[in-house]
Amino acid sequence: MDFAIRTEKVGRVYKIRGSKRSEPRELVALHDVDVQIESGELFGLLGPNGAGKTTLIKILTTLLAPSTGKAWVAGFDVAKEPEKVRPRINMVSGGEASGYGLLTVRENLWMFSQFYGLDSGEANRRIKQLLDVVGMGDRLNTKSSDLSTGLRQKMNIVRGFLTDPQVLFLDEPTLGLDVGAARDVRKFIRQWVDEDSARTILLTTHYMVEADELCDRVAIINQGRVLACDTPSNLKHRLQSDAIFKLEVSPLNGFGVKTLESLPGVKKLVHQQIDGGARLEFILAEEPVLGAVVSSLTAGNIRILNLQKNEPTLEDVFVDLVGSSMAEVEGSSSGNSQ
Amino acid sequence: MTSAQLSVSQGPVRKTSGWRLFLKTVIARAYPRLIGQQREKTWMFFDVLLPMLAVSAYVFVYRAIDAPEEYIGFVVVGGAMTAFWLNVLWSMSSQLYWEKEQGNLSLYIMAPNSMMAILLGMALGGMLATTLRAAAILILGSLFFHVQFAVVSFLQLFTVFLLAMVALYGLGMMSASLFLLLSREAWHIANLAQEPVYLVSGFYFPIKNLSFWVAAAASIIPLTLGLDAMRQLVFPSGPALGFLSVSIELAVLVVLCLVFLAGARFLLAYMERLAIREGRLTESRR
Repeated sequence: MDFAIRTEKVGRVYKIRGSKRSEPRELVALHDVDVQIESGELFGLLGPNGAGKTTLIKILTTLLAPSTGKAWVAGFDVAKEPEKVRPRINMVSGGEASGYGLLTVRENLWMFSQFYGLDSGEANRRIKQLLDVVGMGDRLNTKSSDLSTGLRQKMNIVRGFLTDPQVLFLDEPTLGLDVGAARDVRKFIRQWVDEDSARTILLTTHYMVEADELCDRVAIINQGRVLACDTPSNLKHRLQSDAIFKLEVSPLNGFGVKTLESLPGVKKLVHQQIDGGARLEFILAEEPVLGAVVSSLTAGNIRILNLQKNEPTLEDVFVDLVGSSMAEVEGSSSGNSQ
Repeated sequence: MTSAQLSVSQGPVRKTSGWRLFLKTVIARAYPRLIGQQREKTWMFFDVLLPMLAVSAYVFVYRAIDAPEEYIGFVVVGGAMTAFWLNVLWSMSSQLYWEKEQGNLSLYIMAPNSMMAILLGMALGGMLATTLRAAAILILGSLFFHVQFAVVSFLQLFTVFLLAMVALYGLGMMSASLFLLLSREAWHIANLAQEPVYLVSGFYFPIKNLSFWVAAAASIIPLTLGLDAMRQLVFPSGPALGFLSVSIELAVLVVLCLVFLAGARFLLAYMERLAIREGRLTESRR
């Protein structure tokens, strides 16, 4: 099999020092990650902030050595043959501020194209063409310091595609883009991969819709571990036998969510405060369990304001695998870091 | 955006490698420095008029104490050369640190080019842009204070200048990696280095006036010997006030060129290895 990217038990541990005198603390960012991505695939890494997505991308782009395991990109070992990997890859990160504000968009992109050895004339032709594609054809001679965050991100995206890499790494590429721009960029990403079976994209995102809409396969990652890896439809199919309900209810006023969680047949429950009440998302083993849920709420004097049955989404798959929603995971990890 | 507009495939993109890639990288990285000067005209005030004030102060002091007239020329030449020292200290040594903060450093490392080409590009761009500033100070100073030059040998003068520049920017390239390793502490070192180097390198007086050992120690900064040799080559009384003979100073400059360029290459490779192993040098947040 022709793999564009392959990792074998890749792990990464950071040593973090609080002060010069203190003993370093170890932070496991990746743990025994195994992924195999075929040429021509658009592969998604889906996980909350701090899950290890960016660390994996850094390893695959030769910017970081793995602490354990091995990884290959375009058939070359990223740790032992970085000089063979680098001409074949490129990377774009969401929210990056690369380039120089004094240079125009064209000049910045030209400069980066030269670092990959592109012919100047060809680079300028491709810059014009790609800027047209992302709707920035009229910004060719605008200084990059004068661009909005969204336009700057589009310029970064053009930088990644400009060198026509064999493997392209997109780390949260639509971060900071408005809805329309993000949609255009997704469409372009999909078409770029489809045009040539030798092109591969590894995309990280914490937007479920983006992963669902774009990716051929998705790996769900949390706390440095890959929890599941399959096509979005197969991942959702895992929950096909489950019943997924979303309820909006009156304020819980001390009503214990634990009571609901302990009901037989309730597999997962995500609870969120909203204006004027609470939102409860249930994954139930079967539909009739809803009766017990409604009875329990009624017994606790909780009014049901809205009830909706949902088809499984990747968010539900994440909840099923991790036990909490991505927002909850991000909330708890940011709380821990403070 | 229509489907037709989306297509970007026109066959494989041709890419060069080897020395052509090296050269392209040097030119591309020099470009922002050169073009930046055209777009930010404030340098005329900060980098020409302000140094002229320092030059003027020394000129007035020398005239007040009836110092030999050659000293005025020494001060003007020294004032012009301060532009290079400031450029190396603040725009060369600290540059990799700023590239890291901006997010460019990881892109530079990830690209197939050599990091040495990136540093050479920075150096070349900085050197060419600063030459314009230095020339402006030299011309203005010479006109204001009626400095007379009598060049002994243009070829020797050019060779000294070139070697001093290569060695100086080699030092800058070497310290760029050091500054990155030291991170914010390097900032203080740069601040500390700025003024003492003005003194020990003899920017505003002949270095011979310091003791031999102080002058010898200061010769580690390539501008010390470069400046001394240039003064010997452009002023009739220069040789009498020179520290060492021009030929010895040329030889030392050649050695400094080799040491600093080799040091830059070694430290850059070390920095890159450390960055990849520890994952912190390219990461501004960690």
